[in-house]
Order: sequence, then structure tokens, then C-alpha cells
Amino acid sequence: MMACLLEAPLRISVLSEVTATSRHYVDRLFDADPQNVLQGVIDMKNAVIGNNKQKANLIVLGAVPRLLYLLQQSSSSLELRTECAVVLGSLAMGTENNIKSLVDCHIIPALLQGLLCSDLIFIEACLRCLRTVFISPVTPVQLLYTDPTVIPHLMSLLSRSRHTQEYITQIFAHCCKTPEHQTVLFNHGAIQNIAPLLISPSDKVRMQALKCFSVLAYENTQVSMTLVNVLVDGEQLSQVFVRMMQRDKPIEMQLTAAKCLTYMCRAGAIRTDDNCIVLKTLPCLVRMCSKERLLEERVEGAETLAYLMEPDVELQRIASVTDHLVSMLADYFKYPSSVSAITDIKRLDHDLKHAHELRQAAFKLYASLGSNDEDIRKKITETENMMDRIVSGLSESSIKVRLAAVRCLHSLSRSVQQLRTSFHDHAVWKPLMKLLQNAPDEVLVMASSTLCNLLLEFSPSKEPILDSGVIELLCSLTQSDSPALRVNGIWALMNMAFQADQKVKVEIVRALGTEQLFRLLSDPDTNVLMKTLGLLRNLLSTRPHIDQIMSSHGKQIMQAVTLILEGEHSIEVKEQTLCILANIADGNTAKELIMTNDDMLQKIKYYMGHSNVKLQLAATFCISNLIWNEEDGSQERQDKLKDMGFVDILHKLTQASDPNLCDRAKTAMQQYLA
Amino acid sequence: MSGPSSGCGFLMSVVVHGDLALSEQEKELNQRLRSLYPAVSDQETPLPRSWSPKDKFSYIGLSQNNLRVHYKGHGKTPKDAASVRATHSIPAACGVYYFEVKIISKGRDGYVKYMGIGLSAQGVNMNRLPGWDKHSYGYHGDDGHSFCSSGTGQPYGPTFTTGDVIGCCVNLINNTCFYTKNGHSLGIAFTDLPPNLYPTVGLQTPGEVVDANFGQHPFVFDIEDYMREWRTKIQAQIDCFPIGEREGEWQAMIQKMVASYLVHHSYCATAEAFAKSTDQAVHEELASIKNRQKIQKLVLSGRMGEAIETTQQLYPSLLERNSDLLFMLKVRQFIEMVNGTDSEVRCLGGRSPKSQDSYPGSPRLFNSPVHKASSSQTYQTSTYYIHKFFFSASIGKKNILQKSGLLHQKKTFLVPKSTCFLAAEVEMEVDHFSNGVSESSSNGFLNGSSTHGIDLEELDSAQSKRQLCGGSQAAIERMIQFGRELQSMSEHLRRERGKNSANKKMLKDAFSLLAYSDPWNSPVGYQLDSIQREPVCSTLNSAILETHNLPKQPPLALAVGQAAQCLSLMARTGSGSCAFASVDDYLH
Repeated sequence: MMACLLEAPLRISVLSEVTATSRHYVDRLFDADPQNVLQGVIDMKNAVIGNNKQKANLIVLGAVPRLLYLLQQSSSSLELRTECAVVLGSLAMGTENNIKSLVDCHIIPALLQGLLCSDLIFIEACLRCLRTVFISPVTPVQLLYTDPTVIPHLMSLLSRSRHTQEYITQIFAHCCKTPEHQTVLFNHGAIQNIAPLLISPSDKVRMQALKCFSVLAYENTQVSMTLVNVLVDGEQLSQVFVRMMQRDKPIEMQLTAAKCLTYMCRAGAIRTDDNCIVLKTLPCLVRMCSKERLLEERVEGAETLAYLMEPDVELQRIASVTDHLVSMLADYFKYPSSVSAITDIKRLDHDLKHAHELRQAAFKLYASLGSNDEDIRKKITETENMMDRIVSGLSESSIKVRLAAVRCLHSLSRSVQQLRTSFHDHAVWKPLMKLLQNAPDEVLVMASSTLCNLLLEFSPSKEPILDSGVIELLCSLTQSDSPALRVNGIWALMNMAFQADQKVKVEIVRALGTEQLFRLLSDPDTNVLMKTLGLLRNLLSTRPHIDQIMSSHGKQIMQAVTLILEGEHSIEVKEQTLCILANIADGNTAKELIMTNDDMLQKIKYYMGHSNVKLQLAATFCISNLIWNEEDGSQERQDKLKDMGFVDILHKLTQASDPNLCDRAKTAMQQYLA
Repeated sequence: MSGPSSGCGFLMSVVVHGDLALSEQEKELNQRLRSLYPAVSDQETPLPRSWSPKDKFSYIGLSQNNLRVHYKGHGKTPKDAASVRATHSIPAACGVYYFEVKIISKGRDGYVKYMGIGLSAQGVNMNRLPGWDKHSYGYHGDDGHSFCSSGTGQPYGPTFTTGDVIGCCVNLINNTCFYTKNGHSLGIAFTDLPPNLYPTVGLQTPGEVVDANFGQHPFVFDIEDYMREWRTKIQAQIDCFPIGEREGEWQAMIQKMVASYLVHHSYCATAEAFAKSTDQAVHEELASIKNRQKIQKLVLSGRMGEAIETTQQLYPSLLERNSDLLFMLKVRQFIEMVNGTDSEVRCLGGRSPKSQDSYPGSPRLFNSPVHKASSSQTYQTSTYYIHKFFFSASIGKKNILQKSGLLHQKKTFLVPKSTCFLAAEVEMEVDHFSNGVSESSSNGFLNGSSTHGIDLEELDSAQSKRQLCGGSQAAIERMIQFGRELQSMSEHLRRERGKNSANKKMLKDAFSLLAYSDPWNSPVGYQLDSIQREPVCSTLNSAILETHNLPKQPPLALAVGQAAQCLSLMARTGSGSCAFASVDDYLH
């Protein structure tokens, strides 16, 4: 009891003392004598440096609005206004909450307004504070672009001093997040204004200018195309970047310069076989993946490298033999390492934080490496525990990792050999199927695309996948709003139906339902339409299957075919449709669906005389099937078609310049002669 | 560091081949090797420049200046394998060493293309491919495997064939090796390499031809960039090297070193001020420092006669006991006489001998144009010039030549300007160092350095009208007489103390000055440069300090010298990091 009594007042007094001193600082801001106010601000500046507690106190006590008021008052002395900006900059250096409070007090427009002053010292103080506010993740970057006069004014301030250069480029580098931002900065001459800063004597300015270019050029063709023609002190910009990648330069500089060149290359501004890409950028990025680099650098390095070589098989080949990259990446999966767990909690925390990022980056890079070359894919799958890592990656909690893992799997699934061996051995279809049950669209697209490959007829995984109820799943994908998912769903079904047995085919038709099938045939996406036709064609192969399906769904199928042939479609679509018709003509009973449909026969006739050889060929094939000698009722069909003038057309086609068409017509004519 | 003699190998091979185009290639090679491996002393550890015609198996044929290798065996079994080593092993002082091999032809069809590029130690069997034996390492083209002293390879890189350029880089700092293919690094192949490995290539297929590039041509791979990385690493290591257990100790030590350095060179005002502000004691009396400063000033301004006189006054027994030192000072005095700066000739030239203060800026009081012809800048044969010189001096030439004992000098102009310094490399470094400091601190004449600076200036401005002994007839005669005295002193010394080649050479070089119409622009003219006063000055200073039982070298110079020695020791013991840690880099 005594102890409590003694302790309680003590604590209160300490607390009140703290707030009392803080309050004193704030009170002095309201002093009537401007000289006292100035001294008060200066004292406040000295009190808050490095003292987060004090900063929080002052903010709570309402110092910010008063400081902003003093800063904006034209009656304030320049010295006072400058000191205010300095104190605000110091407050911004504190916690994220501090930044939030500052932003809520509308510090940004106030400071931007301050930039219109002519005094350089004051401008620098404002810019320094703005920089600190803008680089915080809690500040909405949009605030930089609200007033359209701000960006041009910042551009004009770039020439004022090294400090304005450093702060402004840093602000730009952090606040350029969208294509719109890129365009705004570009239109206000960012490139011409910032390029000279790349050779500034100040390390900081050079670095921030470089960062600006990396964010400006990212996925931006306009910027990238402009950059290649920029000269800095008579030297091409790409060469300036190459120099910044030299191995004695700071790692951050090397990495950022490599990003700039990567983005320029991907935008088509630099060829992929240019020496600055092949001999400089690529090796630099591979070095960034090495164990010596920080985890963050390794993540960025791998992601950038994956992006650089994605479309170019030659770069993939070079990277695959550079500095043991493939096995170097295996190390990305060893975090947190068992050593770090025991020895060092801080390190463990750090490792854990980056473990997901590292894994997804490695998967991305593997995906990019293996997207074209069979040998590289083999090398990747032979890397220690690679397939196991992909399998476990597919079921990780982080969506980013799952997505990257499935991308990697997809890339490797383009290999016939891997489908036959490692994919089957590791039963990758299982986690893949699981992934497909419940995942965001992004993941679904990749996963279903991979599934398409796993369902190819030579894939040993095809059977177990079929048994796992995949048909329902794929059918549901065809109903998705995303065209990519619809394509993949129907594509997988098409692959599945290829040379499949009757049971599977019937199951597909049943599960999909004719209604959905016809909906897909009128899909706005040509890809979906093509794959649906492909599915139909695969379903309608071998005579018993044709007759069976046509007997149950003949009417609808014939309707759909008519519809497509009458509609506005590409040659490919029409050709595929005519091929389906030819398959139908190959059936025993299904034939009659065509023979009794004069309208359809007229259409075939039309396409036999079409200007496109492919369509002529498909149509002729169809007729050829109808008049084939060895089948029941061939005589009557021949007669009917002869009456309709098909023989004359066939006769004409035997003179066709296309040898295939000519042969096909001759074979058909022979049916009449026999 | 390799000095002027590094061109020796080059000269010799030019003589051997006698081909102009080749000499261009050799020039490029020398230039590249020097810029790649500046720390390598080519005399101590020559760099590989070609394959060795002696160190190869008989199935190996060499051509194109021993750079092209072709196979001339049967190539049926591994017993037909054949290798060749480079002429020299890789010096550790390279830090990072690199060579490339271009596959000109993969050889006849129907054979497995065994081909290995790598490294091996002296004595490893040459009837084998690199990598198969102990102390042998190779990367093979048929399977892309690396062979680390073993008959079975490890998967390493891609295969290689005709047209490919394979590079091999040895890192002598961490003793690893990586290969490159067409300019792309393939990653570490070997670790824990032993020292003294030779570039090696092995072939086993009829028709196989490969070309080596030891620096004759630019490399496909950017090895300089890799070296930059390691230079930065080593320098960061040096910068971050932990120093001093206790706080302040390091600073105190540095202050001590600086103070002792200032005292040593008798910058007494600066030394006093520095000692005061860093709270240190000076271990020499101020008067003593001032005395030394006075002598040094005299030496550095070229007034050798006065310098010797003052030394004899202040340190009576010093020069008596040290006759070699006295001889050196006198030789310098002779040179200064030729220069027209020594007090004795200056007084003959009409100047007040003790006009110390007016010396640097004072205008020349006279200019007697004794022989205008000497303004001709072309070198002439010594006989001709000596003739001319003594003729214009209106003294019977034969007579004088005999009297002055200068007759033999006519041969000396052939002696090239070269290693005339006895001082070891370390001392050279020190001189250079002190030089830099004194120049930069020339803010007051108290430090005795301002004279030096102005002196140089004067030399430049007087370039066009420089004349022997200041142009005075009497001075020339005095100089000749002094030369004779010097000659006899030299003979005396030889009789007393035996031959001294350094003294002999010193005298010879000094007398050679007279063999040219314009000594300042002659091959031995460097002696007249005021910078040559500095070693003399520092030797005299050290001698004086020794008599006071003070160290003859300041600790700072000793530390610098030690660092330089340490680096050359590192080079000899195979520590590659010495390549990227030149002492000069730290002495700005």
C-alpha cells in the first residue's frame, strides 16, 4: 500500500514534466515577439533531433498547424520560415504515424507552396521535408500530381543546387508508380532535365537520377525509345548506364543501371543481341543473384533477369551457363537456414521476412530460363530437389510464391520429356489440381494452362488426372468471366478429348452440356471459339463416336455449324468448322444429317469455289467423305450430288494449281468412275 | 614498379624475330601486361608470354611465335594425349591472372574431341590432358566437365568447339579459378589452387588447333572489370582493418609519427606548433633542429660549399669520420658549380656570396655571353664538344685535359641514364614521400621549402639563357680546378679504403656533364635538376641525426618503407592481394 502511494505521484510528475516541457516549446510558438518565436523554433529543432518521443509529443500538442502557419505567413522572416521547414522535416523523420499526422495537417500543399519562394535555403528545407514525406509508404503519391503546376516547377528547380537535385529526383523516383505518372513526368521534360545529373559530381544525385530512369522506363516504350537517343556529355545514355554497372560501383548503382537497360531492352529500344545487354547487363544481373549479395538485392536481381530474358532464347541459353546460375538459384530455397535459427534471432527474422520473396523470385527466374530450351529445362529439373520444391511451392500460403511456382511448372511442362518423366514421378498433378480448386484468377490461369499440357495425350499424368474429377472443374472454368480461363478450360478439354475413348467423350459432352457448348461457339474471344471447335472435332472422330454423338446432339451441332459458316469469322474458324463437317460426313448415320440438308450442301459447294485454298480443301474433303464408294447408300449420294453440280466443280478442281487440292479432287472423282 | 628494365624481354624477342609487325604485337602485349599486372616485377617473376617449346609433349607442334598449338599424334587412346605449358608460371603479384584460348579447329571427324584448357604445376606429365593428375586442372571441351587432379570430371560448363574462345582466370587472392566462354563467366571451377601454376593446354585429336592470347590481343571477357571488383574489395579490407585496441591510441601514434617526421626534416616552426597543439614533447633541442634546417636550406638551394662549411662548423667531426659522405657532398658541389648555383662560382660571377636573402628573387647582375653557340640543342660527340668547350675557354685543350684528368670522360656519354641510386627501393619511396610533403607545405620560408619552389621556377625561367657555371670565365676555371681536386680525392679514397663502385659512378656521371654543349638537355642532365638535391640533403640530415643518437629515418618513412617491403614480400610468398594494395595509392 505504501509502495503504491509513493510510486503513483512520482510517475505522474515525470509524465507531466515531459508534456510540460513539450508544451512550453509549443507555447513559445505563439509568443508575440517574433524574435522569441524564432528562438523557440530553433530550440524546438534542437530538442526533437533524434527524439521520437519528443516528436510525438509535439505533434499531439498541436505544433504542426502552428509551424505550418508560421511557414506560410508572408509576414514571417525568411529565417523563421526556414527553421519551421527544418523542424517539420525533423518531425517527418520519426515514425510512420508522424508522417500520417503531417499529411493530415496538409503539409504537402503548404510545402509545395513554399517552393515558389525565391530563397534557395528555404526551398531546400521545404524540399528536404517533402522528400522525407513522399518516400514514406504511408503518403499517397497522388498528392504530388494534384496540382498540375507542381511538376514543371520542380523540373525548373533542378538547376538550383545539388540538394534540390537530390531531393527532387528522389521524390520523382518514389512517386512514379503508374504509366500516367510516367507520362506526366515525361511530358514535362524529365529525361532532358535529369539526364545531365547522371554525371553529377555528387554520388547521391547520380544514384537518385539513375533511379528516376529505372522507374520512368519500366514497361514504357515511349520513354525507352527516347532514352536511347539521349546523349550525356557526348556519350550515349546506354554507355553511361554500362559504366554504372562496373563491378567497383556500389551494388545499388549496378543493379539500378541494369534495370534501366533491361527495361529499355524489353521495350525494344535496345536489341537483345546488343553487347551492352549480352556482355554487360545479363552478367551484372547474374552477379546480383550470387550468395554474396543481400537478400533484397538477390530478389531484385533474379526478378529483373527473369524479365530481361523472358522473350529471348539466346539470352536464356547464355544465362543458363553463366556463373552456375541454375544451381545458384537453388540456394534461394535455403532460407531461413538452419544455422540462422539457432545462432541469431535477428537474422532469423530477416531471413523469414525475405524467404517468400526469395522463393518466388527463384521460381520466376527458373520459369523464364526454361521457357524455350529443352536442355535448360532438363538442367533445371535435375537441380537438387527441384520438383519437390515446386510441388511444395504450389501449396504455400503466399499467393506470390504459388503463382511463381506454377509459372515455373508451366514453363517446364512445355517439355515432352519432363511430362513423361519428372512430372509423373513427382505426381505434380495432385497439388496442381488442389491449386485449381480455390485460387485467384491469376493463379488459375497459369495452373489451368499447365494442366492443358499435362492432359496432352502422351502425358502419363493424363489418366490419374481424369480419375480425379477434372472434367467438372474444367467445365466450370469455361464459364469464367476471364477469357484466359475460358480458353484454358476448353483447351484442356480439347486435349483430353484427343483420341480419347468413348466414355470420356460422353462424359465431356454430358458435363459441359450442349447449351454451354453452343454458348462457347458464340464466344466473343476467337481463341475460345477455335478451341471449342477443336474440342468438337476431337469429339467427332472415329466413326462409332461420330454416329453416337450425332445421334444425340446432331440437330444442335448442325445448327451451330450453319451459324458459324454464315457468320463473320476468320478463315481459320471456318476451316475448322468445315473440318468438323467433314468428320460428320465420315460417320455412317451422321452422313444423312448433311445429305438431307440441302442448305448445308449449298454451303459446301460455295466453299469449294472459295478463293481460299484451305477452305476449298476442307469442303472438298467433306464431299469426298459423302461420296465414298465402299459405304452403304453411296450410289444415291453420288447421284444426288452429281445432280446438284458437284461433279462439275470437282472436275474443275482437278485443274487447280494447288497440288493438294488437285489430288483431293481427283480422288473424289475416282469414286464416280469406280 | 617494374622500372625501366621491364622492356628487356621485349627487346630480346624483337631481336629474335626481327619482324616489324611482330614488334607492334609485342609492344601491345607489353603495354597490356603492364596495365593488367602493374605489381609484377618482370625481372623477378616473368609473365607467361607464349607456350614453351621445351615444356611440351612430342605430339604437340607450335607455330606463330609459339602461340598456336596443333596436335600431331595418333589420337587413338588417352595414351596419345599431349599437353604444353606456358614459358612461365603465373606470378602471385598479378592478383588476378587471365588468358584466353581460341579453338581454331576441333580436329578431324570421327574422333572424340578431347581438348583441355587449364593449369598445371611444373613437372606434371605432359603426356596427359590438363586435370588428370595431381597439381593439374582442366576444363574439357567434349563434355564440358572440369577435372580437378582426377581422371573423372565433374559437370561444370557447356561443351566448346571450333570458333569458341575459352578463357581461364586464376584468382591468386582466394586461390580459385573460373573459366569463360565467349566472354561469359562460367563460375568457379576450382578452389584451393596451389601456387606457381602454368597456363596449360592439352589436345588429343588429329587436326586440333588452338591459339593462345596471353595479352597479345584484347580479351573477349572483360577481365579489367573483374579486377576492379577485387581492387575495391582489397581496398575496402584495408580501409576497414581494425586498428588499436584502446580508443585514442591510434590517433596518438599517428600524431607522434607526424611530429617526429616534422622534426626529422627540421620543419621546426611547424613541428613546434604541431607538438603544442597535440600536446607532445619534442625530443630534440630547438637549436639543434634549427641548425639542421639551416644546412638543409643550403643544400636545397644548391649552395653546397656553404653547406659543407656550415656542417664542418656545427658538427666538426662528422665529415671527417664520414669521408664517403663528404665525397658525395663534394660531387654535388661540383654539379652545383656546373649549374652556376654554388656559392663559390656565384661569387666569381659577381654575386655577393652571402647574399642569402636576396638569392631567390634577385636578378642576375651580369650576363657574359661567352659562347652563344652553346644554345644549339643537338647533342654532339663528346670529343667535339670538349674540344669546343675548352677552345672557347681559351685554354690549351690538351694541356687542360691532362691537367684536369678529364680526358677519359669522352666515353661516358654512352652510359644511359639508369639506376644510379644506391638507395634501396624503400629509400626511394621515402624520398618521394618527403618531396610531396615539403612541396605541399610551402607556406613559409621557415620550413625551408619555399626556396625549393622558387628555385624550380627560376630554373624554368632561366631555361633559355642557362650557361655553364653561370657563364663566368673565372667560375669555369674554378669548376675545372674543383673537378681536379675531386678527382684526386676520389683516388685518395680508393687508396685508403679500396674500390667503391658507387663513388666511381657518381663521379663519372658528374663529369659527364661537361661532355655536352647543353648539359641541362643532355642524357645526364637530370643531375642538374634541383630535385636531385633532396637525396643528398636527406643523407646528410640522417648522418647528423645519427651523431645525436636519433633515428636516421623518421618513423613515418620507416613505416612507409616497411609497407612497401611487406608488399614485395607478399608477392614472393604468393599472397595475391599485394597486387591491389600499392603504397603509392595511399600517398597522395
